[in-house]
Amino acid sequence: METTIAGQNINLNPEGYLLDLNQWNPEIAEHIAQEEGIELGEEHWPVLKFLQEQHRQEVALSIRKVGKSGIVNIKEFYALFPGGPLKKASRIAGIPKPASCI
Amino acid sequence: MKDIVILGAGTAGTLMSNHLAQKLNEEWRITVVDQRKVHHYQPGYLFVPFGVYNEEDIIKPIEKFIPERAVLYQESIVKVDADNDRVHLEDGSVLPYDVLVVATGTDIAPEEIDGMLGPHWHQSVFDFYSLEGAVKLHEKLKNWEGGHLAVHIAEMPIKCPVAPLEFAFLADAYFEERGMRDKVKISFITPMDGAFTKPVASAHLGHLLEEKNIEVVPNFNIMSLDGEAKKILDYEGKEVSYDLLVTVPTNKGAEFVERSGFGDELNFIPTDKATLQSKVKENIFVIGDATNIPASKAGSVAHFEGEILLENVLRFINGKTLSSRFDGHANCFVETGHGKALLIDFNYTHQPVSGTFPIPGIGPLNLLKESRMNHMGKMAFKWIYWNMLITGKHIPFVSAKMNEAGKNLEETIV
Repeated sequence: METTIAGQNINLNPEGYLLDLNQWNPEIAEHIAQEEGIELGEEHWPVLKFLQEQHRQEVALSIRKVGKSGIVNIKEFYALFPGGPLKKASRIAGIPKPASCI
Repeated sequence: MKDIVILGAGTAGTLMSNHLAQKLNEEWRITVVDQRKVHHYQPGYLFVPFGVYNEEDIIKPIEKFIPERAVLYQESIVKVDADNDRVHLEDGSVLPYDVLVVATGTDIAPEEIDGMLGPHWHQSVFDFYSLEGAVKLHEKLKNWEGGHLAVHIAEMPIKCPVAPLEFAFLADAYFEERGMRDKVKISFITPMDGAFTKPVASAHLGHLLEEKNIEVVPNFNIMSLDGEAKKILDYEGKEVSYDLLVTVPTNKGAEFVERSGFGDELNFIPTDKATLQSKVKENIFVIGDATNIPASKAGSVAHFEGEILLENVLRFINGKTLSSRFDGHANCFVETGHGKALLIDFNYTHQPVSGTFPIPGIGPLNLLKESRMNHMGKMAFKWIYWNMLITGKHIPFVSAKMNEAGKNLEETIV
């Protein structure tokens, strides 16, 4: 599905996740964050950057991994992205939703 | 004399030892290390709680499946000294190697969850990812009078990601067959956003949960367990009370990985997802659940990786580039109860879709659809496992790389 966010054409899957991280930029992140009811502040960006780095290294993400990143602990991660932190943070970071095999 | 050392004699290690024994010349000595005496048919764990298999049905001696030319060390591993190409064992022996294959899998680590272990462990809180847990759960279920059965996944990744769902389906059928389904509430508690997370599988299979009256509690990331109050709590303050909790605790790689200094935070080993060469050192390869690659942790994956890894190890020792590439292929039967099962076949790029398997357009097995034939396939697989899979024989029609023919791949286009 192609759509326009912050004046840029991007491709999203039906659940609203970016299909290509190369299309991501901070304005798009802010727009998606608003849809998730989150106002991005200084503390959000290092977490998003960490998720993107892990994704580029083809490492599967988990709450634990974020909690051990040295950037935030699990409670802080929840506070920044309430109600499904990994799912929401992944969407805002422009990477796929964490999923199982089916 | 050159040395190839294989750590672990489970599914992956055993099949690699057999593959290598067939292909390496006599210049190579093959050594296998595993402290355990018995090989477990792990897909059988799922059936033990329901009395379909008992303990004796799913274990055989490890040494029976190790090739004659290989040396088997039954010692636990202290650490790998990657800089000096040596493995240190508990009894003080040191095994030098030219090539190392790590196949030490993953195991449950209930101690990772605050409060999970305690007097309630294997009393009201059970796992079925160990033979001991599965056997004790069987004893519990036999005499259980009903209540809230909570089936729970602590965190990903876990071995055989469909097994918890299969457990919930089989529990529904088990209690129904015993005439007490109305006395049991079954819920499925997952850190993911649903029991099914892939769009096509969700569309085909979502109805199963409603039909079987299984309540899904999504987005639940466990923080702690209170064994006395019989409840689990998540990081957001959500709580679920249970009478009987069947949990899949955190899964971790082997402890020697941590002592060797090359695992991630769960002791899984950074590995190239295509070549299966470790990112630790070029003469270390990793197969099966021990890797950190984004493929499912499952026996079928280890099996398909085996053919790729054999090729790449042979290329490596002959000084050639590693050209064989694993595509993430997995193939799993999913029991749905009452003598039926589904079959899924997928890889890194293609999610499970409907279609026919293994012969395109013919089958006889159906993908992503419940059938009795699929269940018979799952039950027949035990024989295939002991006689073909871990002994390194080729299974007819089933290739290491996923076959795109016979699959309705257009389903993924939305």
